[in-house]
Order: sequence, then structure tokens, then C-alpha cells
Amino acid sequence: MKRSKLDLLQGTLDLMVLKTLAAMGSLHGYGIARRIEQVSGNQVLLNQGTIYASLVRLEQRGWIRSSWGVSGNNRKARFYSLTAAGQRRLSEDARYWERLTGVMERVLRMDKDSGEWTDEGEPA
Amino acid sequence: MNGRPFRRVHAFFSKRSLDAELDAELTAHLELAIEENLERGLSPGEARRLALAQFGGLEQAKEKHREARGLLRLDIFLQDLKYTFRTLGRDPGFTVVAALILALGIGANVAVFSVVNTLLLRPLPFSDAQQLVWIAPPPTKCGLSCATYSTDAYDEFRIYTHSFQDVTGYFAFSSPDNLNLTIGNGAPIPATGIDVIANFFSVLGVKPAMGRLFTPADALDGAPPVIVLSDAWWRRQFNADPQIVGKAFDISGRQTTVIGVLPPSFDFGAVFSPGAKIDAITPLDLYGQPRDWGNIVTLIGRMKPGVTLAQAREDATAAAPHMCWNNKYPQSCGDYAKRGVVPVSLKDYVSGKLRRSLIVLWSAVGLILLIACVNLSNLLLARATARQKEFAMRAALGASRGRIVGQLLTESLILSGMGALLGLLLAYFLVFWLAHQGAIALPLLGTLRIDGAALMWTLFIALATAFLFGAFPGLRMAGGNLQESLKDSGPGAGQSPKHERVRSVLVVTEVALACVLLVGAGLLLRSFLKVLDVDLGFQPQRAYAINVDIPSSADDSNGETPQARQAVALRRTAFFQQVITQVSQIPGVQAAGISDYLPLGQNRAWGTPWPKGVKEPDALPAGPLVYVVTPGYLRAMGTPLRGRDFTWEDSPTTQNVVIISQAFAQFLATYAHWPNGDAVGHTISNGNQDLTIIGVAANVHEETTEGDAGWQIYYPETQAGPIGAELVLRSALPAIAIANPVLHAIIQLNLNQTAAEFRPLQSFVDHANSPRRFFMFLVSAFAALGLLLAALGIYGVISYSVTRQTQEIGIRMALGATMARVQRQVLAGTLRLALTGILLGALASLAVARLISSLLFATSPWDVATYLGMAAVLLAVAVVSGYLPARRASHIDPMVALRAN
Repeated sequence: MKRSKLDLLQGTLDLMVLKTLAAMGSLHGYGIARRIEQVSGNQVLLNQGTIYASLVRLEQRGWIRSSWGVSGNNRKARFYSLTAAGQRRLSEDARYWERLTGVMERVLRMDKDSGEWTDEGEPA
Repeated sequence: MNGRPFRRVHAFFSKRSLDAELDAELTAHLELAIEENLERGLSPGEARRLALAQFGGLEQAKEKHREARGLLRLDIFLQDLKYTFRTLGRDPGFTVVAALILALGIGANVAVFSVVNTLLLRPLPFSDAQQLVWIAPPPTKCGLSCATYSTDAYDEFRIYTHSFQDVTGYFAFSSPDNLNLTIGNGAPIPATGIDVIANFFSVLGVKPAMGRLFTPADALDGAPPVIVLSDAWWRRQFNADPQIVGKAFDISGRQTTVIGVLPPSFDFGAVFSPGAKIDAITPLDLYGQPRDWGNIVTLIGRMKPGVTLAQAREDATAAAPHMCWNNKYPQSCGDYAKRGVVPVSLKDYVSGKLRRSLIVLWSAVGLILLIACVNLSNLLLARATARQKEFAMRAALGASRGRIVGQLLTESLILSGMGALLGLLLAYFLVFWLAHQGAIALPLLGTLRIDGAALMWTLFIALATAFLFGAFPGLRMAGGNLQESLKDSGPGAGQSPKHERVRSVLVVTEVALACVLLVGAGLLLRSFLKVLDVDLGFQPQRAYAINVDIPSSADDSNGETPQARQAVALRRTAFFQQVITQVSQIPGVQAAGISDYLPLGQNRAWGTPWPKGVKEPDALPAGPLVYVVTPGYLRAMGTPLRGRDFTWEDSPTTQNVVIISQAFAQFLATYAHWPNGDAVGHTISNGNQDLTIIGVAANVHEETTEGDAGWQIYYPETQAGPIGAELVLRSALPAIAIANPVLHAIIQLNLNQTAAEFRPLQSFVDHANSPRRFFMFLVSAFAALGLLLAALGIYGVISYSVTRQTQEIGIRMALGATMARVQRQVLAGTLRLALTGILLGALASLAVARLISSLLFATSPWDVATYLGMAAVLLAVAVVSGYLPARRASHIDPMVALRAN
């Protein structure tokens, strides 16, 4: 079976939500979900419903806060925004993620002749 | 971030409002999505479908949200709890039986734990009790006299040791009812007092509840007499008078001032003389007359902080050569070094002997708990089998294996919780009862109570049992094949032979465990019967003892001159003679005599008399116990005598005579080479006097009923000074008939006679046997409980299998099987289980019996009669528990059985 969309790695959704809120300011759950889908070019396999577990988790940790408000087209919805603690958390997580992707990239680009690992290479 | 646990708990409790909010939020989400889809030009139906598809499962999202939000596990647990109560409520019979079985198991365990904790685990009720040591030589034949030290030795020990903060002791030879209290013109009231060295309470760290305790000045020669009351006596005799301190009473003829009352937590008897009640404490005058009484005090030391027992022992050994029996006789210095001066921890002295018995008791209740668990496992398994479909259905609906096991464990926890509560109640009553068995010679028993440790223990065993009996059926259930269970219908559903095999294994286990318990109890019971059968050297049946007060007179001048002493002795002899003559005339009294000590009571020794002209061996063994008696005493005791008894004509001016016990006579004869080994007529010497042996008496068990009989020597009261007077009577009539006339007769001769207790000699024997009786009784009770549980187990399994086979039996009967045949078959099944269990149990018992062999008396741990007897009992019980279902099976009506399906 060919996988057309990306499964989300554990914990990545939280980071995406934080970043989305940092970029967009106050936003409701649907808005966050749509924004992530759009930015990913619809490549992420996101059950929109799962975002709510992530939101309640982030809120309990004090990284985001929420309040009820009215959306652009006059609907009552709950709006989430980043807190100062969330801002700090976001930069920490982002740095960590960049380091991780950097490492992953290098590991995946590795071949037999590249760099310093060759001296202990096994017989091909 | 730090508020998160709080938020979770908050979320757990405000579930409803949070759920409503979530619903609103999700609704808004879907509406927004539908709106957007509509804007993109989709039809309303398509817009909605797509929105839902993009959202994913609505319920899953909610569940995930709740999981992230609150305490899901607790949520589930509460659900399980509710469900459990519902299901248990539907089956009250099962619930009650299960809770009762557990209550018995847990109750017995908690009660025994309290006993073990009090006697063995908890430190003694003194501050820094681990520093306290008991200082004594190793036990010898000469009883208390060789376990005590002289006051001079006490002083020297204190001076020459350096590892002790302080050393104290008490007078070890006080007899019961040694005080008589006279209030106003009332009759004298007997009470028991102990003389202690003045620093006794400060060494033990005991503080008075009222007033003060002793100071060194209280113990000085000629100090005004003072007394400290025990809490119990103060309440009983003085109505808990809050103004008691400072009041003075006539105690044994001297105006004695009460200076303090002891706290309820200090009970001298509970620690130092189990089973005896000590009413009051008085100071011991170390430097007055007691100085010449020889070995009289026991030593108790408090080690300095950081000093180990080994260091204290070394220190004591080094000090021993400096200790003198009496400084007036320099040749007596160093005697103690030969005998040994050995500190042992006070705790060991008090309860060390009981360690093994207690461990056996603890194991016995452990077995009970195990049997109860197996029983419960069995019941739950039967229940679970009946509920297999329910679980299969739940699994089909998506319950995970963990959830189902969790549900079953919740049920176990609820059951064990109920059992624990009931058991605690049971234990409370049991402990209360035990704590009030004052006559049992076990230390600290009176301080027994259910304390925090016992509650923790209850919690622990409740949890442990829940897992023990719950996990097995739980795992079996959850591991079952879903489809099979769902497919399977009809009355045989889920009742596979495999299941029955498991249940049979459980029952066999139960029977085997019960067998081990029964054999253990049987061996202890047999030992106890053997102990009762021991020839004590006297006949306790229909013999009674009463404490007689020797009248004192002002012109005794403390017996300071030889003339005064002689006058005292003559008056005493005359008094004794009168008492015996008067008492002997009371109808029913067959024999009467007086001794200062009684067997199984106090004792003392006066060295080892030796045949004249015979060379002493290098190591002279410790001497016989001394009893100073009147003519007729041995006959009243029922002690057989060869030769002649003392007579009133054996006087201070005639030849000194003694009677010795057979074992001592035999020992002397091996050295003296008397013709025919007969000691009668020969002369021995105690260093000061020549003593002619006029009789040889049977060996008397004077210290224990179980140990060796030891050696005795009897001196005539007319020639030696008795310490007190116990009148012994042998009567043809019961105690009630003669107690009053006897007391009346004595009071007529001495108005100051206290209303002393009329004690059957049997009570001394019972007291000596009480620890054995206590353990035997408890272990037997537990064995009976184990038997009952095993019977229930057998009944359960057989009855269940009969139910399962109703149809089969019906068919067989329809085909011509007789009732008897059906009964036989069911009984055969029962017997197979029982015999397997008994066989395994007997094998296990063979191993276990070794462990209790040191507790047995004249009984082999492999006593065939006990094993056979116990097997027979188990088998009989098994047959009875199998008979009821067998009867039911044989009464099955084939038509009904066949139609039922």
C-alpha cells in the first residue's frame, strides 16, 4: 500500500500548533487545523479531531490560553493564543527540532565513502 | 506547568461541564468546516460528509480529549467500582461467603501479627530499649539462686564495668501476696510487691504518672518506708484516688507512704514475670540485712550509646573476677567468674524463648490465608466461568484484555476490602480477649492492641490477597478464546473439562495445605497431652495452697541476737504446729503441711552439700533447690518418700536432718559408693553443719513441667529458717467446701492473716503450661479453620461438577444406573481429590515437621499416629463434604434433567 500522506510523529502536532499560534495570533481549533493542512500542502494526514487533545494538553501546561469569542463569519468559537511560557517553549522545541532534522538529514545522506566513518567500515 | 496535576484533578471532577464545553467547541468546528465547504460550492450533504471525514472519528476525538484532560484511569476505576458493586449485589450469597472466608483469614492474620509485633518485633516499652541488657549466668540446676547476684557483687559490677550508663536490679525472691495492706480496721488485704534497687526506674527510663519514683535516700537503712503503686492497683484498690500521693498506709505492719503512681504503660509483671500481677514496688535496702542474704538481685544494665553487646560482654567478663559473693569472705571473690556474667539483650531475655513458637504461629495463619485465597480463587473461577460470555461480549465490543483483567481485579479488591474490614473487627475482639488473659505466662500480653502497624499489615495483606486470588482467574478469563465462548451456548458453556481440572488442582492444594496445618496442630496437641502426663513428683489434683502470714511480735528485735532468733524460730514452729493441727481437724482435709516455697513457683539454692569424707570433684555442679518444710508437707503434696518424714521432735537441739530428692541421692551415691546406692542414713555436710539424710523423696519438677526435674533438698522448718509459709492441703472435698473453714482456722490463730487466695496446685501447673497451651490452642483453632475452608472447597467443586453433569447423570440413570452407583461415583471423585491432597500434604508435613521439632515434647516430628489420625480426620471431612452433592446427584430425576435442556 502506497502512503500518500505523512503520519504525524509523536509530539510533532503540539509543536505545529504552537508555531501556528505564534504565526497567526489568536485562532480557533478549526482554523489551526486548516492552517496546518494548508501550510503542509495537504501532505499531513491529520484527523482534525485529534487537535483538541493537543490543545487541552498545551493549555493545561500553561503554554496556550483560550477564551470564547466570535469568528469572522459571526460564529461562536473558542479562540486559542500563545502565552509567554508557550513562546519560550516554542523556541526551545523549534531549536531541538532543527537539530534533529539536521542530524536526520546527515544520517540519511550517509554512504560508504563519505566522511569519517569509513575507517571502520565493514566488508561490503 | 506546575499546576497541571491540579488541573487534571479539577478536570476529573468537573467532567460534565467540560464535556459540554467540548461538545460546543466541536460543534463549532464542524459548522465552520461545513460553511467553508459550502463556500467552495459543495452541496450541503457533501459539505457535511467531507467535514466529518476530515474531522476523523468524533467519539475518538472526545475520548482522546478526555484522556489528555483528566484522570482517565481513575475514571475507569470508578466505572469498574460501580459495576462491581452492582454485580456483587446481584449475587449476595457469593459475596457474603467470600467476604466471610476472607474475614476469617485476614482476622486471624491481623490478630497473630499483633501478637508477634508486641512480643517479637516491637521494642520493649522503655526508652531506647535496645540499650537494655539482662545480666545473668547461663541457666543451671540451682534455679534463681544461680541466676542472681549478691548486693556486693552488684556494687562491684557497677564499679568495674565501663560500658554501662548504669546498672540496676530487683529482688528476685518476692513471693506472691508478700505484702498485707491494712486500711483502718479492715481485714488485711494481700498484695504483691517487688523490691527494686533505687535507680531501677531511672535506668529503665520510666516516669511516674503521679508523684515521684525512688531516690537513693529512699533505699538507705532506716529510711522512712515508701511505696510506689502500679496503675492497676491504684485503680482497683484505691479507686484511682487523685490525692493518693503523700498518704500513708499500714503495709505489713509499717506505716508506708505512697510517693508515686506508675504509668499504665509500665507493668512489671508483663516484662519480668509474665502471668503474675505486681501491685506495688518498694525500694531495696542494698546495704542493710539483704547484704547477707547471698544471691538475691537480678542485674539489668543500660549500655552507653554506641556500645555493642559484644563490647558489653567483654566488659562484664573482665569485671567478673572482681565480684564477691560477700566482701566479708574474701574467698568468695571471683566465684562469679566461674559461673559467668553474661549480658544478653533484655528483649531476648523477655521473649527470645518464644521466637520459634511465634514464627510457627505466624506461619500457621499464613497457611490459613493461603487456603482462604485458594478457596476464593476457586469460587471466583466458578463465577468467572459462568460469566465467560459477558466478558467475551465486552471483548467483542472493544474492551482490551487489560480492562477485563482490571475489572476482575477491582472485584477482588472490593471483596478483600470487605474481608479486611470484617477481619479487622474480628481481630479486634480476638486481641481484646487475648490482652485480658492475665493468667497466661507470656510477656507483654497485656499491652496487646491493634495499632498502626497492625492496620498497615491489614492493608498489606488485603492487597496481597486480592492479587493472589484475583489475578489467576482474571488472567485465565481474559486469555480465553473469544469466539469459542460466544459460539458456545447451552448449559455446558465454558465449563470445559480443562476448567474443572484447574479447580481440582486448587482443591487438592487446599487439602494439602489443610493437611500440613492439621499435622502441625496434631503434633503440638500430642506434645501438650504428653506434658500433662508428665509425672511432676507431686499430685496437683485436689491439693490447694494458701499463703500463711507468720505473726510478728515487737520483741523479735529484728532477730539481731542468737537468742532472739531462737525465740522467733520457736514461736514460729509452735504457730505452724497449731495451724496444721487445727486445719487437719476440718472435715475433708486429708493432709496438711507448710513449705516456704512451692514447686513451679519461686526457688533458691544453698550450695551443694557433699558426703562427709568423700573427695569433691573439681567442678562441683550447682546445688539442689532448697525447701524448708514442716512435717506432713510431702504427704500433703503427694510426693512419694522413702525413709521417714520430718517430725516435730526434730528440733534445733537434735541431730540436723534433711530429705533429698532421688536424682540428687543418685548423684551423690556415685561418688560416695553407698551400699545399694541408698542415701538414707548417710551424712552430708553443707560446710557449716552435718546433715543426716533421713529420707529420699521423688524428683519434683520445680521449675518447668517439661524440662528436667532437677534436684531438691528439704530442710525441716524446725532447724532452718523459712522465708515464708505456704500451707498445702490435700482434701477429699472441693475447694469451696474447705476454703472458708481453713481461712477461718488460720485467722483464729493470727488476726493479721490476710484474706489470701486459696489456690489449687493445679493452677501452678496450668500456669507453667500456659504458653504451650496458648500456642497449641491457637494452632489447633487455625487448623480447624483450615479444615473448614478445605471442606468448603471440596463441597464447592464437587457440587459444581454435579451440576455440570446433571444431564449426563440423568442419561445414565435413564439407562439404568442405580442411585447407589451414582452416589458412589461422585464420592469416588471426592475421595480421589482428598487422597491426592492428603498424600501431598503429608509429604509436605514431613518437611515442615522438622521445623517445629524443637517445639515438640516427647513427640517425634514423624509421629505415625498423628499423621494417620489427621489423614483420617481430613478424609472424613472430605467424605461428608462430598456426600451432600452425591446425594443430590443420586436424586436427579432423569426426565427433569433431560427436559431441562
